[in-house]
Amino acid sequence: MLKVGVIGVQGAVSEHIDATKRALEKLGVGGEAFWLRRPEQLNAIDAIILPGGESTTISRLMQKSGLFEPVTKLGEEGLPIMGTCAGLILLAKEVEGAVEGQRFLELLDVRVNRNAYGRQVNSFEAPLKLSFSDEPFPGVFIRAPRIVELLGDKIKPIAWHGDEVVGVEQGNIIGLAFHPELTEDARLHEYFLRRAL
Amino acid sequence: MGRLRVIEAKGTERLKRGFARMVKGGVIMDVTNAEQARIAEEAGAVSVMALHKVPADIRKAGGVARMAPIEKIQEIMDAVTIPVMAKVRIGHVAEARVLEALGVDMIDESEVLTPANPFFHIDKREFNVPFVCGARNLGEAVRRIWEGSAMIRTKGEAGTGNIVEAVRHVRLVADNIRLIQRMTDEQVYGVAEKFAEPYLRLARQIREISGLSERILENEPVYGHYTYREIVDGLYKILLGIKKLGRLPVVNFAAGGVATPADAALMMQMGMDGVFVGSGIFKSSNPEKMARAIVEAVNHWDKPDVLVEISKEIGEPMKGLEIEELEVRLEDRGV
Repeated sequence: MLKVGVIGVQGAVSEHIDATKRALEKLGVGGEAFWLRRPEQLNAIDAIILPGGESTTISRLMQKSGLFEPVTKLGEEGLPIMGTCAGLILLAKEVEGAVEGQRFLELLDVRVNRNAYGRQVNSFEAPLKLSFSDEPFPGVFIRAPRIVELLGDKIKPIAWHGDEVVGVEQGNIIGLAFHPELTEDARLHEYFLRRAL
Repeated sequence: MGRLRVIEAKGTERLKRGFARMVKGGVIMDVTNAEQARIAEEAGAVSVMALHKVPADIRKAGGVARMAPIEKIQEIMDAVTIPVMAKVRIGHVAEARVLEALGVDMIDESEVLTPANPFFHIDKREFNVPFVCGARNLGEAVRRIWEGSAMIRTKGEAGTGNIVEAVRHVRLVADNIRLIQRMTDEQVYGVAEKFAEPYLRLARQIREISGLSERILENEPVYGHYTYREIVDGLYKILLGIKKLGRLPVVNFAAGGVATPADAALMMQMGMDGVFVGSGIFKSSNPEKMARAIVEAVNHWDKPDVLVEISKEIGEPMKGLEIEELEVRLEDRGV
């Protein structure tokens, strides 16, 4: 029984819950995906997803809800955590374009630029190349952050848009600039959940 | 590593609806200048609505309410990193093109401004920028979604600080969805025909005024290049989706009259995906505190004990108005 919590303070939470359920089914693994809103829910958890949304709002509300410190600690201890879009920003060690005083979990050795692709009119869809699959993946980029630099050699690319890295992994942590939860394709959720098995 | 050809698609329905999904569980605040925008961002707003005047002041000022001045919107876009929305008059395609070119993140085709088109709303499918539209009931919501709206909000009664109309609209949509779920597909088709009637009525009105025959042939367009039957089929498809999902296929926020943290929590308890707060913040005695409190109330809507703490020491909420005493009802604009 895998217990997968999707940080549920703001953003595309139900989409990640649905995608996780599809991935669990594909993997043939029993489990549950739920809204993670309180620190008590972190007991006996197997994986955490940080959804897309507004990174400023999610960061603020995670601190207010008392989720910020314990989630950081669990990540450091090796719990699988995946962040998409705003979630990637929250996981990054360095963030360009952050709002003053905004805090990050700093679990991924990357530098990201928060509004690098521009505004909503510049949002786009594009097929992506994955490190673990020959089939292209439908990339959905909505006011996406850009991965500007990989800091050190512990961090590995797992997704590319053309030549540009748009997805990374570092041990137990995965960060994606795009939104797999807005597609029917659950391969990235499966890839992530395998690390919790 | 084999190279993929880089193909990009922009302005797709997935991108438009996806943008709206990213603001779920959040508060979108009306702001009229850079300073207010920064207060909203610091308080944890997921987006700001750039306006010339907040609805309460639009009410007081009277006259024609239009799209905000470009300099104002630009000032607000430059001040914050969260997405910026702005309002256009109902049916004002040119204002919408201007805002799209300016680069606002979402357009609100809003009854709060003076309507520009007495007949129809904008065909929003022709734009790359996503739209949000108001609705008082399921018919209005489904028509706006068919026209390409990526997000729906209750109309409420803006600028009053009175939640009663927003509650009415949430209730009407929810009850209508439950009715749809008990219907056969054939009955749902009948609903689609009913919901398509305003397009027919308005097209007839135009003919009548022009001194033409009111009769509209099967193959004659009634809205844009769409015939009545094409519209019915479009609405039917959306209604079948609603029947299956048990909710609207797009994000649905509350708006119009949200003035306190408890108002915001009430809207979330009634199943809304988030809230717009207009006059409620900058017409209260302490906007910073009120803004933060409403953000937290949307996050903790189901925890009364937390709401107690949130609701303490937030100052005076905006004064508020009785609906019966209003001279202008904004919610009646645009069907």
